[in-house]
Amino acid sequence: MKKKKTENLINETSLLTVKNLYKSFGKVEVLKDISTTIDDGEKVAIIGPSGSGKSTFLRCLNCMEDPTSGQIIFEGVDIADFKVDINIHREKMGMVFQQFNLFNNLTVLKNITLAPYYLGKKRLRKAKIKNFFAKVSNAFINLGNKTKKEDKKKPLKEIKELKTFKELKKECEDDAYNLLDRIGLKEKAKDYPSTLSGGQKQRIAIVRALAMKPKVMLFDEPTSALDPEMVGEVLDLIKKLADDGMTMVIVTHEMGFAKEVATRILFMDEGRIAEEGTPQEIFENPKSERLKDFLSKVL
Amino acid sequence: MELDWKSMWEVFTVQIQRGSGKLILQGLKTTLIIAVLGLLIGIVIGTIIAVTRVVPRYKPLPKILNVTSSIYVGLFRGTPIVVQLLIGYFILMPLLNIKADGLNVAIVIFGLNSGAYVSEIMRSGIQSVDVGQLEAGRAVGLSYPVAMSKVVIPQAIKNILPTLGNEFIVLVKETSVVSFIAVMDLTKAFKNIGDKNYEYIVPYLLLALTYLVIVYFITLIIALLEKQMNKSNRKTGK
Repeated sequence: MKKKKTENLINETSLLTVKNLYKSFGKVEVLKDISTTIDDGEKVAIIGPSGSGKSTFLRCLNCMEDPTSGQIIFEGVDIADFKVDINIHREKMGMVFQQFNLFNNLTVLKNITLAPYYLGKKRLRKAKIKNFFAKVSNAFINLGNKTKKEDKKKPLKEIKELKTFKELKKECEDDAYNLLDRIGLKEKAKDYPSTLSGGQKQRIAIVRALAMKPKVMLFDEPTSALDPEMVGEVLDLIKKLADDGMTMVIVTHEMGFAKEVATRILFMDEGRIAEEGTPQEIFENPKSERLKDFLSKVL
Repeated sequence: MELDWKSMWEVFTVQIQRGSGKLILQGLKTTLIIAVLGLLIGIVIGTIIAVTRVVPRYKPLPKILNVTSSIYVGLFRGTPIVVQLLIGYFILMPLLNIKADGLNVAIVIFGLNSGAYVSEIMRSGIQSVDVGQLEAGRAVGLSYPVAMSKVVIPQAIKNILPTLGNEFIVLVKETSVVSFIAVMDLTKAFKNIGDKNYEYIVPYLLLALTYLVIVYFITLIIALLEKQMNKSNRKTGK
C-alpha cells in the first residue's frame, strides 16, 4: 500500500511509452536514446541484425534489464523508477522467451497456475486482514459516539472478492484447463516439461503468460530455438492472439510473419530505431541504405 | 600376539548385561540427533547464505549480508570443528552467560559448521539452475524471494542431493568428537565400556561397524530419494 503513494501517475494516453531509453552493459552502450509509444491493440514487430539491441530493448520494456536511464511508462506509471514495485506491473506484461523457460520442477498445470494462485492468495490474505481490522475499528466506533458513527465507519471489502483459497485454486485450475484446451494440450496438464516437444513447450509458455491476463505480450524471438517443423504451430497461436486483439511486441527473425501480423515494424540498428513504419513501408519502400542492405540479406 | 576373542567377547557381553547396552542406545540417539538437527540447521542457514550470495549486487542490503556471510563461511571452514566446539562450550557460553548442556551446544555448533559447507554446495546448486527459470518466474509477477523459493531452489536441491548426502555422512562421522565437551555420543559410549576393563578391541571394532551401518543406511536413503526425484521428472506425474 505504501508503495502506491510513490507512484506518480503520468498522463499518457498510450498503453506503453518509452522515453529516452538508454542501456549500457559496463562500457558497452547497447541502447541509445530510444523513444516510442505502443498503443492498445497494436502489434509491433522488431527486426534488425543481431547485436542491434532488439532483445535488450524488449527486456527493458518489463524491466527484466533495468534501463540505465530513461522512462518506461506503462499504464501511466514509470516502471523504470526503482521506487515502483515492479512485480505488480509485470503481472500485466506477459513475456515469452526464446528458450521457453518452463519451470522444470512443476507440472504443466502448476506452471500455469503458480503465479495466478500465489498472487491471488496473497491478495486475498491481505484483504481478509484489512477487513478484520476494519471490523475491529468499526466495533470501537459503534461503542463510542453514536451520532457520527455512520460516516466514520471504514468500508469493508466486497464479499464477492473474498473467496476461500480452495475456490481460488479451483478457479485458477479451471482457467488453466480452458487455456490448455484452446491449444489442444489438455491431456498434458499433469506432465512435466521435460516430456514435451519444443513447440508444445513454447505454446504452454505462451499460455502461462496469458493466465495472468496481461495487457501486453512481449515475445523474445519465440521461434528461434524451435525445430523448423514446429515453428508453424507457435506462429499460428501468436496469430490467433493477435486476431483476438492482444497488444504485442515481437522480436523476430521471421520476416514473413512480421509482415503478416504486425501493424507496425521497428527496424533497429546499433542500438537505435533506424526506421519504423507499416509493414508495407518497411518491406516495399525501405528508405535507409542500412535497411535495404538488411532486407536484401534476409528476404 | 595371541588374541583370545572368546574371552574378550565375554567381557563385552558382561558389560552389556550390566547396563552398558542402554548407554550405547543413548549414544546412538545422541549421535543421530546431533547429525540430523545439525544438517537441518545447516540447510536453513546454508540456503539463506547462498541466496544472499547470488542476489544481484546493486542493492545495499545484499552487499552487507554478502560480507557477513563471507566472514562466517571463512571462520567456520577455516577452523577444526573440535576447536569450534571447545570455544563454544568453554568460552562463549560462560562469556554470554548462557546455560545449556553440551548436547545443545553441539547441535548449534554442528549446525553452524555445516551451514558454512552447505552454503557453498547450495550456491553451486543455485548457479547450476538456468537463469531463464528465475527470469520466467519474475516475468509472471513473482517477487525475487518467491521465484527463488518456488522455482529455483527446488531444482537446485535436486541437483545437489548427492553432494548434500555426502555432507550428511561427513557430519555423522564428525560427531564422534563431541565427547570433547562431555556429550555421551556413540564413540564415547563404546569408549566407556572399554574403559571398565581396559579391553578395547571388541568395543572399538563394534563401534566402527555401527558407523558403517549408519552410513550404509544413509547412502541407501539418498539413492532412493534420487530415484524418486528423477522419476517425477521423466514420466507423467500423478
